[in-house]
Amino acid sequence: MNLEQLQQAVFEVTRQPLTPSEQMRPRLPDGRSIREIANALIKPNDRMTSFERLQIYNQQYWFRIMSSLSEDFPGLRSLISERKFEKLAVAYLNECPSESFTLRNLGSRLEAWLRKHREYIAGVERVALDMVRLEWADIDAFDALDLPRFMPAESGQLSGATVFRLQPHLHLLDLAYPVDDLLLHARGLNAKSETVSNAVLKFPHKAKIRRSSLPKPGKVYLAVYRLQGGVYFKRLTRNGFALLQALGQGQPLEKAIEVFLLRPRRRLDRIGPQLQEWFQDWSSLGWFAQP
Amino acid sequence: MPANRFNGNSDYGVGIGLRVPHYQHIFAKKPVVNWFEIISENFMVDGGRPLQILDQILERYRVVQHGVSMYFGSAEPLNREHLTRLKKLVKRTKTPWLTDHLCWGSVDGRYTHDLIPMPYTFEAAKRAAQKIREARDFLEVPLAVENVSSYAEFHVSEMTEWEFLNEVVEDADCGILLDVNNIYVSSRNHGFDPFEYLHRVPAERVAQIHIAGHSKYQKYILDTHDHPVIDPVWALYARAIEMAGPTATLLEWDDRIPSFNEVHREALKARRYQPAQLREAS
Repeated sequence: MNLEQLQQAVFEVTRQPLTPSEQMRPRLPDGRSIREIANALIKPNDRMTSFERLQIYNQQYWFRIMSSLSEDFPGLRSLISERKFEKLAVAYLNECPSESFTLRNLGSRLEAWLRKHREYIAGVERVALDMVRLEWADIDAFDALDLPRFMPAESGQLSGATVFRLQPHLHLLDLAYPVDDLLLHARGLNAKSETVSNAVLKFPHKAKIRRSSLPKPGKVYLAVYRLQGGVYFKRLTRNGFALLQALGQGQPLEKAIEVFLLRPRRRLDRIGPQLQEWFQDWSSLGWFAQP
Repeated sequence: MPANRFNGNSDYGVGIGLRVPHYQHIFAKKPVVNWFEIISENFMVDGGRPLQILDQILERYRVVQHGVSMYFGSAEPLNREHLTRLKKLVKRTKTPWLTDHLCWGSVDGRYTHDLIPMPYTFEAAKRAAQKIREARDFLEVPLAVENVSSYAEFHVSEMTEWEFLNEVVEDADCGILLDVNNIYVSSRNHGFDPFEYLHRVPAERVAQIHIAGHSKYQKYILDTHDHPVIDPVWALYARAIEMAGPTATLLEWDDRIPSFNEVHREALKARRYQPAQLREAS
Protein backbone atom coordinates (compact mmCIF):
# COMPACT_ATOMS: atom_id res chain seq x y z
CA MET A 1 0.00 0.00 0.00
CA ASN A 2 1.56 3.30 -1.04
CA LEU A 3 1.12 6.70 0.64
CA GLU A 4 -1.87 7.80 -1.47
CA GLN A 5 -3.69 4.51 -0.91
CA LEU A 6 -3.11 4.61 2.83
CA GLN A 7 -4.28 8.19 3.17
CA GLN A 8 -7.34 7.56 1.03
CA ALA A 9 -8.25 4.52 3.11
CA VAL A 10 -7.87 6.37 6.41
CA PHE A 11 -9.75 9.40 5.12
CA GLU A 12 -12.60 7.26 3.83
CA VAL A 13 -13.06 5.76 7.28
CA THR A 14 -12.54 8.89 9.35
CA ARG A 15 -15.11 10.84 7.35
CA GLN A 16 -17.86 8.25 7.89
CA PRO A 17 -20.56 9.72 10.15
CA LEU A 18 -20.56 8.47 13.74
CA THR A 19 -23.29 6.27 15.21
CA PRO A 20 -25.96 7.93 17.41
CA SER A 21 -23.79 7.07 20.43
CA GLU A 22 -20.85 8.88 18.77
CA GLN A 23 -18.91 5.71 18.01
CA MET A 24 -17.30 4.63 14.74
CA ARG A 25 -19.60 2.69 12.44
CA PRO A 26 -18.91 -1.00 11.93
CA ARG A 27 -19.13 -0.85 8.13
CA LEU A 28 -18.53 1.45 5.18
CA PRO A 29 -21.55 2.20 2.94
CA ASP A 30 -20.34 -0.48 0.48
CA GLY A 31 -20.50 -3.10 3.26
CA ARG A 32 -16.78 -3.46 3.95
CA SER A 33 -15.91 -4.03 7.59
CA ILE A 34 -14.21 -1.02 9.19
CA ARG A 35 -12.77 -3.30 11.87
CA GLU A 36 -10.96 -5.26 9.16
CA ILE A 37 -9.73 -2.07 7.51
CA ALA A 38 -8.52 -0.75 10.86
CA ASN A 39 -6.76 -4.05 11.65
CA ALA A 40 -4.99 -3.90 8.30
CA LEU A 41 -3.85 -0.29 8.76
CA ILE A 42 -3.37 0.44 12.45
CA LYS A 43 -1.31 -1.29 15.12
CA PRO A 44 -3.22 -2.17 18.29
CA ASN A 45 -1.57 -1.57 21.66
CA ASP A 46 -1.97 -3.12 25.11
CA ARG A 47 -5.01 -0.91 25.86
CA MET A 48 -6.73 -0.28 22.57
CA THR A 49 -7.68 -2.22 19.47
CA SER A 50 -6.88 -0.93 16.00
CA PHE A 51 -10.57 -0.02 15.66
CA GLU A 52 -10.54 2.03 18.86
CA ARG A 53 -7.41 3.92 17.86
CA LEU A 54 -8.78 4.81 14.44
CA GLN A 55 -12.05 5.78 16.09
CA ILE A 56 -10.31 8.67 17.88
CA TYR A 57 -9.63 10.29 14.51
CA ASN A 58 -13.14 9.57 13.29
CA GLN A 59 -14.59 11.25 16.37
CA GLN A 60 -12.21 14.20 16.23
CA TYR A 61 -13.11 14.80 12.59
CA TRP A 62 -16.82 14.97 13.28
CA PHE A 63 -16.62 16.85 16.58
CA ARG A 64 -14.49 19.52 14.91
CA ILE A 65 -16.54 20.15 11.76
CA MET A 66 -19.89 19.82 13.53
CA SER A 67 -18.75 22.29 16.14
CA SER A 68 -17.60 24.73 13.48
CA LEU A 69 -20.78 24.53 11.40
CA SER A 70 -22.91 24.79 14.50
CA GLU A 71 -21.15 27.99 15.57
CA ASP A 72 -21.45 29.48 12.11
CA PHE A 73 -25.21 28.93 11.79
CA PRO A 74 -26.88 29.65 15.16
CA GLY A 75 -29.88 31.13 13.35
CA LEU A 76 -30.55 27.95 11.41
CA ARG A 77 -30.12 25.96 14.61
CA SER A 78 -32.74 28.11 16.29
CA LEU A 79 -35.27 27.42 13.54
CA ILE A 80 -35.13 23.65 13.71
CA SER A 81 -34.64 21.35 16.65
CA GLU A 82 -31.14 20.48 17.87
CA ARG A 83 -31.65 16.90 16.71
CA LYS A 84 -32.72 18.02 13.25
CA PHE A 85 -29.80 20.39 12.96
CA GLU A 86 -27.37 17.60 13.78
CA LYS A 87 -28.98 15.37 11.18
CA LEU A 88 -28.85 18.14 8.59
CA ALA A 89 -25.23 18.99 9.41
CA VAL A 90 -24.09 15.37 9.21
CA ALA A 91 -25.80 14.90 5.85
CA TYR A 92 -24.41 18.16 4.46
CA LEU A 93 -20.85 17.60 5.68
CA ASN A 94 -20.93 14.00 4.49
CA GLU A 95 -21.89 15.13 1.01
CA CYS A 96 -19.87 18.34 0.98
CA PRO A 97 -16.64 17.76 2.93
CA SER A 98 -14.37 20.74 3.44
CA GLU A 99 -12.47 21.72 0.31
CA SER A 100 -10.70 24.65 1.90
CA PHE A 101 -7.68 24.94 4.18
CA THR A 102 -9.82 27.01 6.51
CA LEU A 103 -12.97 26.03 8.39
CA ARG A 104 -14.27 29.52 7.60
CA ASN A 105 -15.56 28.18 4.27
CA LEU A 106 -17.28 25.09 5.67
CA GLY A 107 -20.79 26.51 5.17
CA SER A 108 -20.18 28.05 1.75
CA ARG A 109 -22.26 25.40 -0.04
CA LEU A 110 -24.98 25.01 2.57
CA GLU A 111 -27.63 27.15 0.87
CA ALA A 112 -27.21 25.39 -2.50
CA TRP A 113 -27.25 22.00 -0.76
CA LEU A 114 -30.40 22.83 1.21
CA ARG A 115 -32.21 23.87 -1.97
CA LYS A 116 -31.70 20.29 -3.17
CA HIS A 117 -32.47 18.70 0.21
CA ARG A 118 -35.48 20.59 1.48
CA GLU A 119 -36.57 17.62 3.59
CA TYR A 120 -34.11 18.76 6.27
CA ILE A 121 -35.93 22.06 6.67
CA ALA A 122 -39.46 20.83 6.05
CA GLY A 123 -42.04 23.22 7.44
CA VAL A 124 -39.64 26.16 7.60
CA GLU A 125 -38.14 26.03 4.13
CA ARG A 126 -38.31 29.66 3.05
CA VAL A 127 -37.37 31.15 6.38
CA ALA A 128 -34.53 28.64 6.79
CA LEU A 129 -33.13 29.38 3.33
CA ASP A 130 -33.29 33.10 4.05
CA MET A 131 -31.52 32.54 7.35
CA VAL A 132 -28.72 30.52 5.75
CA ARG A 133 -28.22 33.24 3.10
CA LEU A 134 -28.00 35.85 5.84
CA GLU A 135 -25.62 33.81 7.99
CA TRP A 136 -23.29 33.11 5.09
CA ALA A 137 -23.34 36.81 4.08
CA ASP A 138 -22.45 37.64 7.69
CA ILE A 139 -19.48 35.23 7.63
CA ASP A 140 -18.26 36.58 4.31
CA ALA A 141 -18.71 40.24 5.20
CA PHE A 142 -16.58 39.75 8.32
CA ASP A 143 -13.29 39.29 6.48
CA ALA A 144 -13.96 40.01 2.79
CA LEU A 145 -11.84 42.53 0.93
CA ASP A 146 -12.31 46.23 1.68
CA LEU A 147 -11.22 48.30 -1.32
CA PRO A 148 -10.26 51.99 -1.19
CA ARG A 149 -13.42 54.00 -0.75
CA PHE A 150 -15.09 56.10 -3.41
CA MET A 151 -16.94 59.16 -2.17
CA PRO A 152 -18.96 60.16 -5.25
CA ALA A 153 -20.29 63.36 -3.73
CA GLU A 154 -16.78 64.57 -2.98
CA SER A 155 -15.11 63.36 -6.15
CA GLY A 156 -16.63 66.02 -8.39
CA GLN A 157 -16.47 63.44 -11.18
CA LEU A 158 -20.01 62.22 -10.93
CA SER A 159 -21.93 61.98 -14.17
CA GLY A 160 -24.62 59.83 -15.70
CA ALA A 161 -21.90 57.61 -17.13
CA THR A 162 -20.27 56.93 -13.74
CA VAL A 163 -19.99 53.22 -13.05
CA PHE A 164 -19.97 52.33 -9.38
CA ARG A 165 -18.21 49.44 -7.76
CA LEU A 166 -19.67 48.06 -4.57
CA GLN A 167 -17.39 46.88 -1.79
CA PRO A 168 -16.77 43.10 -1.89
CA HIS A 169 -17.94 42.86 1.72
CA LEU A 170 -21.35 44.37 0.92
CA HIS A 171 -24.07 41.76 0.41
CA LEU A 172 -27.54 42.75 -0.80
CA LEU A 173 -30.20 40.29 0.30
CA ASP A 174 -33.79 40.19 -0.87
CA LEU A 175 -35.48 38.24 1.93
CA ALA A 176 -39.01 36.91 2.30
CA TYR A 177 -38.78 36.89 6.11
CA PRO A 178 -37.32 39.33 8.66
CA VAL A 179 -34.59 36.87 9.60
CA ASP A 180 -32.24 39.68 10.61
CA ASP A 181 -34.21 40.15 13.83
CA LEU A 182 -34.37 36.41 14.34
CA LEU A 183 -30.62 35.99 13.94
CA LEU A 184 -29.86 38.66 16.50
CA HIS A 185 -32.17 36.84 18.89
CA ALA A 186 -30.56 33.48 18.17
CA ARG A 187 -27.10 34.89 18.76
CA GLY A 188 -28.11 35.78 22.25
CA LEU A 189 -28.74 32.08 22.82
CA ASN A 190 -25.43 30.90 21.39
CA ALA A 191 -22.28 32.56 22.65
CA LYS A 192 -19.49 31.90 20.18
CA SER A 193 -16.74 29.56 21.36
CA GLU A 194 -13.13 30.68 21.32
CA THR A 195 -11.74 27.20 20.84
CA VAL A 196 -8.75 26.96 18.53
CA SER A 197 -7.38 23.62 19.69
CA ASN A 198 -6.98 20.79 17.24
CA ALA A 199 -8.41 18.33 19.71
CA VAL A 200 -12.14 18.63 20.28
CA LEU A 201 -13.60 16.79 23.20
CA LYS A 202 -17.16 16.39 21.96
CA PHE A 203 -19.89 17.98 19.90
CA PRO A 204 -20.89 21.14 21.76
CA HIS A 205 -24.35 20.50 23.14
CA LYS A 206 -24.78 23.99 24.49
CA ALA A 207 -27.70 25.45 26.35
CA LYS A 208 -30.85 23.97 24.93
CA ILE A 209 -32.18 26.08 22.10
CA ARG A 210 -35.88 26.51 22.07
CA ARG A 211 -37.54 26.67 18.72
CA SER A 212 -38.07 30.35 18.09
CA SER A 213 -41.55 31.45 17.29
CA LEU A 214 -41.48 31.91 13.54
CA PRO A 215 -41.84 35.43 12.25
CA LYS A 216 -44.60 36.29 9.82
CA PRO A 217 -43.52 36.58 6.20
CA GLY A 218 -42.51 40.11 5.31
CA LYS A 219 -40.29 41.36 2.55
CA VAL A 220 -36.97 42.68 3.82
CA TYR A 221 -34.33 44.31 1.65
CA LEU A 222 -31.14 44.04 3.58
CA ALA A 223 -27.57 45.24 3.24
CA VAL A 224 -24.97 43.21 5.16
CA TYR A 225 -21.71 45.13 5.35
CA ARG A 226 -18.63 45.76 7.40
CA LEU A 227 -17.69 49.03 9.04
CA GLN A 228 -14.65 49.51 11.27
CA GLY A 229 -14.25 45.78 11.74
CA GLY A 230 -17.87 45.06 12.72
CA VAL A 231 -20.55 43.48 10.54
CA TYR A 232 -23.87 45.33 10.39
CA PHE A 233 -27.30 44.81 8.89
CA LYS A 234 -29.19 47.75 7.38
CA ARG A 235 -32.68 47.54 6.01
CA LEU A 236 -33.27 49.30 2.70
CA THR A 237 -36.35 50.44 0.83
CA ARG A 238 -37.32 48.40 -2.20
CA ASN A 239 -36.24 51.23 -4.50
CA GLY A 240 -32.97 51.81 -2.74
CA PHE A 241 -32.25 48.09 -2.96
CA ALA A 242 -33.07 48.03 -6.69
CA LEU A 243 -30.81 50.99 -7.34
CA LEU A 244 -27.90 49.46 -5.44
CA GLN A 245 -28.39 46.14 -7.19
CA ALA A 246 -28.32 47.84 -10.59
CA LEU A 247 -25.16 49.70 -9.63
CA GLY A 248 -23.62 46.50 -8.33
CA GLN A 249 -24.36 44.85 -11.67
CA GLY A 250 -22.19 47.46 -13.32
CA GLN A 251 -24.88 49.66 -14.83
CA PRO A 252 -23.88 53.30 -15.21
CA LEU A 253 -25.60 55.70 -12.85
CA GLU A 254 -27.94 57.01 -15.55
CA LYS A 255 -29.19 53.50 -16.41
CA ALA A 256 -29.45 52.45 -12.78
CA ILE A 257 -31.60 55.46 -12.02
CA GLU A 258 -33.79 54.60 -15.01
CA VAL A 259 -34.42 51.18 -13.51
CA PHE A 260 -35.33 52.86 -10.29
CA LEU A 261 -37.58 55.39 -12.03
CA LEU A 262 -39.43 52.75 -13.99
CA ARG A 263 -40.55 50.84 -10.95
CA PRO A 264 -43.20 53.20 -9.66
CA ARG A 265 -43.19 55.89 -12.34
CA ARG A 266 -41.52 58.87 -10.80
CA ARG A 267 -40.07 62.10 -11.94
CA LEU A 268 -36.41 62.70 -11.49
CA ASP A 269 -36.87 66.17 -9.99
CA ARG A 270 -39.03 64.70 -7.25
CA ILE A 271 -36.61 61.94 -6.31
CA GLY A 272 -33.49 64.09 -6.49
CA PRO A 273 -33.35 64.82 -2.76
CA GLN A 274 -33.97 61.15 -2.00
CA LEU A 275 -31.12 60.08 -4.26
CA GLN A 276 -28.82 62.63 -2.71
CA GLU A 277 -29.65 61.37 0.77
CA TRP A 278 -29.07 57.75 -0.21
CA PHE A 279 -25.74 58.40 -1.86
CA GLN A 280 -24.55 60.41 1.12
CA ASP A 281 -25.65 57.67 3.47
CA TRP A 282 -24.18 54.81 1.45
CA SER A 283 -20.93 56.69 0.89
CA SER A 284 -20.54 57.41 4.58
CA LEU A 285 -21.01 53.70 5.28
CA GLY A 286 -18.22 52.96 2.82
CA TRP A 287 -20.27 50.87 0.41
CA PHE A 288 -18.69 52.29 -2.74
CA ALA A 289 -15.21 51.29 -3.83
CA GLN A 290 -12.94 53.13 -6.22
CA PRO A 291 -14.03 52.13 -9.72
CA MET B 1 24.35 34.35 19.70
CA PRO B 2 22.23 31.70 17.99
CA ALA B 3 22.36 28.29 19.62
CA ASN B 4 22.41 26.66 16.17
CA ARG B 5 22.04 27.62 12.53
CA PHE B 6 18.27 27.08 12.62
CA ASN B 7 17.89 29.05 15.78
CA GLY B 8 18.85 32.60 15.00
CA ASN B 9 16.29 33.92 17.44
CA SER B 10 17.42 32.71 20.84
CA ASP B 11 16.64 36.15 22.21
CA TYR B 12 12.91 35.60 21.60
CA GLY B 13 12.69 33.87 24.96
CA VAL B 14 9.18 32.87 25.99
CA GLY B 15 6.02 33.77 24.06
CA ILE B 16 2.36 32.88 24.07
CA GLY B 17 -0.30 32.27 21.45
CA LEU B 18 -2.38 35.26 20.38
CA ARG B 19 -5.97 34.33 21.22
CA VAL B 20 -9.27 36.19 20.83
CA PRO B 21 -10.28 36.17 24.54
CA HIS B 22 -7.09 38.08 25.35
CA TYR B 23 -7.43 40.87 22.77
CA GLN B 24 -9.15 43.26 25.13
CA HIS B 25 -6.54 42.76 27.85
CA ILE B 26 -3.63 43.14 25.44
CA PHE B 27 -4.91 46.38 23.94
CA ALA B 28 -5.97 47.85 27.26
CA LYS B 29 -2.98 46.85 29.39
CA LYS B 30 -0.26 46.56 26.75
CA PRO B 31 1.52 43.81 28.71
CA VAL B 32 5.18 43.07 28.10
CA VAL B 33 5.32 39.88 26.05
CA ASN B 34 8.41 38.72 24.21
CA TRP B 35 6.44 37.55 21.21
CA PHE B 36 3.11 36.19 20.06
CA GLU B 37 2.56 33.14 17.93
CA ILE B 38 -0.39 33.43 15.55
CA ILE B 39 -2.24 30.67 13.76
CA SER B 40 -1.53 31.67 10.17
CA GLU B 41 -4.83 30.41 8.77
CA ASN B 42 -6.82 32.73 11.05
CA PHE B 43 -5.23 35.71 9.33
CA MET B 44 -5.04 34.48 5.73
CA VAL B 45 -8.11 36.52 4.90
CA ASP B 46 -8.76 39.43 2.56
CA GLY B 47 -9.64 42.05 5.16
CA GLY B 48 -11.65 42.93 8.21
CA ARG B 49 -11.13 42.72 11.91
CA PRO B 50 -8.56 39.87 11.92
CA LEU B 51 -6.11 41.96 9.89
CA GLN B 52 -6.90 45.14 11.85
CA ILE B 53 -6.09 43.30 15.07
CA LEU B 54 -2.95 41.82 13.59
CA ASP B 55 -1.70 45.21 12.42
CA GLN B 56 -2.25 46.67 15.88
CA ILE B 57 -0.36 43.77 17.43
CA LEU B 58 2.48 44.16 14.93
CA GLU B 59 2.91 47.80 15.92
CA ARG B 60 3.93 46.74 19.40
CA TYR B 61 4.95 43.07 19.41
CA ARG B 62 6.99 40.48 17.55
CA VAL B 63 4.89 37.85 15.81
CA VAL B 64 5.80 34.36 14.62
CA GLN B 65 3.50 32.42 12.31
CA HIS B 66 2.41 28.86 13.03
CA GLY B 67 0.29 26.97 10.51
CA VAL B 68 -2.10 24.06 10.87
CA SER B 69 -3.01 23.03 7.33
CA MET B 70 -0.04 23.04 5.00
CA TYR B 71 0.02 19.24 5.36
CA PHE B 72 3.56 18.51 4.24
CA GLY B 73 2.77 14.83 4.71
CA SER B 74 -0.26 14.64 2.44
CA ALA B 75 0.44 12.74 -0.76
CA GLU B 76 -1.17 15.47 -2.86
CA PRO B 77 0.77 18.56 -3.98
CA LEU B 78 0.87 21.75 -1.92
CA ASN B 79 -2.20 23.98 -2.29
CA ARG B 80 -1.06 26.96 -4.37
CA GLU B 81 -3.83 29.24 -3.12
CA HIS B 82 -2.81 28.44 0.43
CA LEU B 83 0.83 29.21 -0.30
CA THR B 84 -0.01 32.46 -2.06
CA ARG B 85 -2.12 33.68 0.85
CA LEU B 86 0.51 32.52 3.31
CA LYS B 87 3.24 34.43 1.50
CA LYS B 88 1.13 37.59 1.59
CA LEU B 89 0.78 37.16 5.34
CA VAL B 90 4.50 36.49 5.75
CA LYS B 91 5.20 39.82 4.08
CA ARG B 92 2.77 41.52 6.45
CA THR B 93 4.09 39.98 9.68
CA LYS B 94 7.75 39.71 8.64
CA THR B 95 7.82 36.50 10.66
CA PRO B 96 11.47 35.53 11.15
CA TRP B 97 10.62 31.87 10.74
CA LEU B 98 7.52 29.87 9.94
CA THR B 99 6.27 26.60 11.33
CA ASP B 100 3.71 23.91 10.46
CA HIS B 101 3.24 20.26 11.30
CA LEU B 102 4.88 17.12 10.03
CA CYS B 103 1.62 15.32 9.38
CA TRP B 104 -1.07 14.85 6.76
CA GLY B 105 -4.71 15.89 6.70
CA SER B 106 -5.97 16.37 3.16
CA VAL B 107 -6.83 13.92 0.40
CA ASP B 108 -7.77 14.89 -3.17
CA GLY B 109 -8.43 18.49 -2.13
CA ARG B 110 -10.66 17.53 0.79
CA TYR B 111 -9.57 18.62 4.25
CA THR B 112 -9.87 16.83 7.59
CA HIS B 113 -8.68 19.87 9.57
CA ASP B 114 -6.85 17.37 11.75
CA LEU B 115 -3.18 16.56 12.27
CA ILE B 116 -2.97 12.91 11.28
CA PRO B 117 0.32 11.09 11.94
CA MET B 118 2.48 9.90 9.09
CA PRO B 119 3.20 6.33 8.16
CA TYR B 120 6.91 6.34 8.97
CA THR B 121 8.15 5.11 5.60
CA PHE B 122 11.05 6.24 3.43
CA GLU B 123 8.61 7.06 0.65
CA ALA B 124 6.58 9.36 2.93
CA ALA B 125 9.72 11.01 4.31
CA LYS B 126 11.04 11.74 0.83
CA ARG B 127 7.78 13.29 -0.34
CA ALA B 128 7.31 15.36 2.81
CA ALA B 129 10.87 16.69 2.52
CA GLN B 130 10.27 17.65 -1.10
CA LYS B 131 7.12 19.58 -0.18
CA ILE B 132 8.92 21.36 2.67
CA ARG B 133 11.64 22.46 0.25
CA GLU B 134 9.06 23.64 -2.27
CA ALA B 135 7.20 25.62 0.38
CA ARG B 136 10.38 27.21 1.70
CA ASP B 137 11.53 28.19 -1.79
CA PHE B 138 8.17 29.78 -2.52
CA LEU B 139 7.72 31.50 0.83
CA GLU B 140 11.34 32.64 1.13
CA VAL B 141 11.37 32.27 4.90
CA PRO B 142 13.08 29.66 7.13
CA LEU B 143 10.77 26.72 7.89
CA ALA B 144 10.56 24.43 10.88
CA VAL B 145 8.31 21.37 11.17
CA GLU B 146 6.54 20.29 14.35
CA ASN B 147 6.24 16.74 15.65
CA VAL B 148 2.54 16.01 16.28
CA SER B 149 0.89 14.04 19.05
CA SER B 150 -0.68 10.83 17.83
CA TYR B 151 -3.19 8.19 18.84
CA ALA B 152 -2.46 5.59 16.18
CA GLU B 153 0.54 3.96 14.49
CA PHE B 154 0.56 2.37 11.05
CA HIS B 155 1.64 -1.20 10.29
CA VAL B 156 3.51 0.00 7.19
CA SER B 157 5.93 2.12 9.24
CA GLU B 158 9.54 1.24 8.57
CA MET B 159 11.11 3.29 11.37
CA THR B 160 10.34 5.07 14.63
CA GLU B 161 8.83 8.55 14.70
CA TRP B 162 12.12 10.15 15.70
CA GLU B 163 13.94 8.36 12.91
CA PHE B 164 11.31 9.62 10.52
CA LEU B 165 11.67 13.17 11.83
CA ASN B 166 15.43 12.94 11.33
CA GLU B 167 15.00 11.57 7.82
CA VAL B 168 12.68 14.41 6.81
CA VAL B 169 14.56 17.35 8.32
CA GLU B 170 17.91 16.14 7.00
CA ASP B 171 16.52 15.69 3.50
CA ALA B 172 14.64 19.01 3.58
CA ASP B 173 17.43 20.74 5.48
CA CYS B 174 14.89 22.50 7.66
CA GLY B 175 14.44 23.29 11.34
CA ILE B 176 12.35 21.53 13.98
CA LEU B 177 9.60 22.99 16.11
CA LEU B 178 10.03 20.57 18.97
CA ASP B 179 6.78 20.05 20.88
CA VAL B 180 7.79 18.34 24.11
CA ASN B 181 4.16 17.92 25.18
CA ASN B 182 3.48 16.06 21.94
CA ILE B 183 6.44 13.77 22.62
CA TYR B 184 5.00 13.07 26.06
CA VAL B 185 1.44 12.46 24.76
CA SER B 186 2.64 10.11 22.02
CA SER B 187 4.99 8.29 24.39
CA ARG B 188 2.06 7.49 26.67
CA ASN B 189 -0.20 6.51 23.80
CA HIS B 190 2.38 4.27 22.14
CA GLY B 191 4.48 3.13 25.08
CA PHE B 192 7.93 4.49 24.29
CA ASP B 193 10.42 6.38 26.45
CA PRO B 194 9.99 10.12 25.76
CA PHE B 195 13.62 10.79 26.67
CA GLU B 196 14.78 8.25 24.10
CA TYR B 197 12.81 10.22 21.49
CA LEU B 198 14.23 13.51 22.75
CA HIS B 199 17.82 12.27 22.74
CA ARG B 200 17.47 11.21 19.11
CA VAL B 201 16.26 14.61 17.98
CA PRO B 202 19.00 16.50 16.10
CA ALA B 203 19.41 19.31 18.62
CA GLU B 204 21.28 21.41 16.09
CA ARG B 205 18.04 21.77 14.11
CA VAL B 206 15.71 22.85 16.92
CA ALA B 207 14.40 26.30 16.00
CA GLN B 208 11.56 26.59 18.50
CA ILE B 209 9.94 24.63 21.33
CA HIS B 210 6.25 24.19 22.18
CA ILE B 211 4.97 23.40 25.65
CA ALA B 212 1.33 22.69 26.51
CA GLY B 213 -1.09 20.79 28.70
CA HIS B 214 -3.25 17.81 27.73
CA SER B 215 -6.18 15.68 28.90
CA LYS B 216 -5.87 12.18 30.28
CA TYR B 217 -8.48 9.55 29.49
CA GLN B 218 -8.78 5.97 30.63
CA LYS B 219 -7.01 4.48 27.64
CA TYR B 220 -5.19 7.37 26.02
CA ILE B 221 -4.06 10.99 26.34
CA LEU B 222 -5.52 13.69 24.12
CA ASP B 223 -3.54 16.78 23.14
CA THR B 224 -6.16 19.33 24.15
CA HIS B 225 -4.05 22.37 25.11
CA ASP B 226 -6.49 23.15 27.89
CA HIS B 227 -4.44 22.58 31.04
CA PRO B 228 -1.22 23.80 32.64
CA VAL B 229 2.00 22.02 31.71
CA ILE B 230 2.60 18.94 33.86
CA ASP B 231 5.91 18.18 35.59
CA PRO B 232 7.00 15.32 33.29
CA VAL B 233 6.63 17.71 30.33
CA TRP B 234 8.67 20.37 32.15
CA ALA B 235 11.33 17.71 32.69
CA LEU B 236 11.41 17.04 28.95
CA TYR B 237 11.59 20.77 28.33
CA ALA B 238 14.53 21.17 30.70
CA ARG B 239 16.40 18.42 28.88
CA ALA B 240 15.52 19.91 25.48
CA ILE B 241 17.01 23.25 26.52
CA GLU B 242 20.14 21.49 27.77
CA MET B 243 20.47 19.83 24.39
CA ALA B 244 19.48 22.67 22.07
CA GLY B 245 20.59 25.69 24.06
CA PRO B 246 18.52 28.85 24.49
CA THR B 247 15.52 28.41 22.23
CA ALA B 248 12.41 30.44 21.52
CA THR B 249 9.64 28.78 23.52
CA LEU B 250 5.89 29.05 23.28
CA LEU B 251 3.08 27.89 25.55
CA GLU B 252 -0.02 26.67 23.69
CA TRP B 253 -3.30 27.15 25.53
CA ASP B 254 -6.14 26.88 23.05
CA ASP B 255 -9.26 25.67 24.83
CA ARG B 256 -10.93 26.66 28.10
CA ILE B 257 -8.59 29.61 27.89
CA PRO B 258 -7.98 31.30 31.26
CA SER B 259 -7.08 34.96 31.75
CA PHE B 260 -4.16 36.48 29.91
CA ASN B 261 -2.20 36.76 33.16
CA GLU B 262 -2.71 33.12 34.01
CA VAL B 263 -1.56 31.95 30.59
CA HIS B 264 1.42 34.29 30.60
CA ARG B 265 2.41 33.23 34.12
CA GLU B 266 2.32 29.58 33.08
CA ALA B 267 4.45 30.33 30.02
CA LEU B 268 7.03 32.25 32.01
CA LYS B 269 7.69 29.20 34.17
CA ALA B 270 9.82 28.15 31.20
CA ARG B 271 12.37 30.78 32.19
CA ARG B 272 13.41 28.58 35.08
CA TYR B 273 15.00 26.24 32.57
CA GLN B 274 16.56 28.85 30.29
CA PRO B 275 20.21 29.87 30.85
CA ALA B 276 20.70 32.82 33.22
CA GLN B 277 21.61 35.38 30.54
CA LEU B 278 18.38 34.66 28.66
CA ARG B 279 16.29 34.80 31.84
CA GLU B 280 17.58 38.32 32.38
CA ALA B 281 16.95 39.32 28.78
CA SER B 282 13.37 38.09 28.82
